[in-house]
Amino acid sequence: MNNVLVYCELSEKNTIADISLELCTKGRQLATRLGCRLQAAVLGSQVKAAAESLYPYGVDDVFLADDPRLSPYRTLPHFDVLSKLIRKEQPQIVLFGASSVGRDLAPRIASSLRCGLTADCTQLEIGPHDDPKTGKHYEDVLMQIRPAFGGNIIATIVCPETRPQMATVREGVMKKEVFDPAHKGTIIPVAVEASLAAADQAVQILSREIEEQKIDIKGAQIIVAGGYGMGSKENFQLLHQFARLIGASVGATRAAVDAGFTEAERQIGQTGVTVRPKLYIACGISGAVQHRAGMEQSAKIISINTDPEAPINAIADYTIVGDVMTVIPQFMACYKNNLK
Amino acid sequence: MSFKIVVLAKQVPDTHNVGADAMNPDGTVNRAALPVVFNPEDLKALEMALRVKDQLPDATVTVVTMGPPRAAEIVKDARNRGADDGVVLSDMRFAGADTLATSYALSQAVRQLGKVDLIFGGRQAIDGDTAQVGPQVAEKLEIPQVTYAEELIAVNTREITIRRRLEHGTECVKAQLPALVTVTSAGADCRFPNAHRMLRLAKEEVRMINADSIDADMERLGLKGSPTKVKKIENVVLAHKESVVLEPTEAALNELSATLIQEHIL
Repeated sequence: MNNVLVYCELSEKNTIADISLELCTKGRQLATRLGCRLQAAVLGSQVKAAAESLYPYGVDDVFLADDPRLSPYRTLPHFDVLSKLIRKEQPQIVLFGASSVGRDLAPRIASSLRCGLTADCTQLEIGPHDDPKTGKHYEDVLMQIRPAFGGNIIATIVCPETRPQMATVREGVMKKEVFDPAHKGTIIPVAVEASLAAADQAVQILSREIEEQKIDIKGAQIIVAGGYGMGSKENFQLLHQFARLIGASVGATRAAVDAGFTEAERQIGQTGVTVRPKLYIACGISGAVQHRAGMEQSAKIISINTDPEAPINAIADYTIVGDVMTVIPQFMACYKNNLK
Repeated sequence: MSFKIVVLAKQVPDTHNVGADAMNPDGTVNRAALPVVFNPEDLKALEMALRVKDQLPDATVTVVTMGPPRAAEIVKDARNRGADDGVVLSDMRFAGADTLATSYALSQAVRQLGKVDLIFGGRQAIDGDTAQVGPQVAEKLEIPQVTYAEELIAVNTREITIRRRLEHGTECVKAQLPALVTVTSAGADCRFPNAHRMLRLAKEEVRMINADSIDADMERLGLKGSPTKVKKIENVVLAHKESVVLEPTEAALNELSATLIQEHIL
């Protein structure tokens, strides 16, 4: 009882999604710190193998709900099974991916259990909390840390009075790590019949179109990213030329995506993807905290910006003060020369 | 039989146009300096609602929003674009609400409207990006939810068919009504305000209601009804790396590219 639970999502290939493995790695740390078990919930169809693949990530128990009506994901069947499971098991912490599935399911669960839910956390820690109003002291609560309002602040959120404490985390924010290849857990089957009989009816999937991921910058070793300072969609093309030359992928800030300079799939930051390349070249990016949250773990950062005071420069290894439209072609020429 | 559609909307600070005076010197948010806008995805939700209304002759569209009295502006805007009426939930007792308390207040307000067939809302608001209120309202009203909607495929008085976004693709789903739909930025743009409607409706007041008129449990409203507490707010202090500042001269760029190649980074 009062363990840490990770809701695991399945990929289209019926394996555990990366985001969920990342959450298991974080969940393992939290469970070890709290001295409790790490548990996972896997809801799907023919997913025993997927469930067992969680053990090396430090999962002690897997609650397994295996039924054709649970695949593909639909809100109400998953909601019914998971909310009943949480009521029964009473975990102290439940983690979800901030994906289209997690962001659909977690709020409905939180509403039903009347507990708190913090979206898009970038850090999760355990610590004490003193309520300034009531003077009450709480040991070992979940610190849910996320950038907030306009990106100029980092907020630490706690839910001292309600359980479970729930949070969502975006893919790529936490590291996925094998805890112990020999770690063994147990499968605990979950009865679903009573839940599914009622929940199966309301929404039907008529068809699904799975797109091959056209743009995937998550695994890129080098990223050339553009911000609002690129000025236009046309200017953004220069980044593609630059990226082709040095074997990089092109990323963008939310401001650049919102301005229509490039595709949403390229967005890096709190509400986009998180990247950890060996080189990150920030072009015309001022560096709002939401953006930095998605790239500050890059091994090396170069900033090209007309503003010597741009916040991004503070985390850059190299700052080139100048206009991107002149600096990039210059740099490309130098690079070509040096390759010879 | 009439068909009632509700659109949940929010007036939000325009986070895309944050000026230098948006933060007070002490690091708090200077709300007075922030312009406000109709939350963009709520406008997409309004358009989807109006498209349903276009197809179902007896349908009405009611906008429900929670916020300061000024939020009446978005109800007026929505009316000018084609909504039939709207209501602003405004009360200091709602202040400090997190998504759970907000969804409770909104769901109680919706309950006061009688039988509702369809509820639309934006997937998320640009001042919080949580995407939680829609699913939470659906749970409180015990109706199905269809989130991440991009396109209205078909609708009749019993069911709605929606194309919705998945992590890697889309799916078409058919939901029985009543249901709640949240619309993403990929939804169709909202139609413009209509000049005739603007003239006709200019003097019509927007109905304001407070916590007493939604039959609410006061313990579940505002700060009191919010399980999430802000423990700490920190201004972002950037950990300064040893940053090398370069002028964009040929020599400097040449040296940088040579170093990066040498270090096997490029």
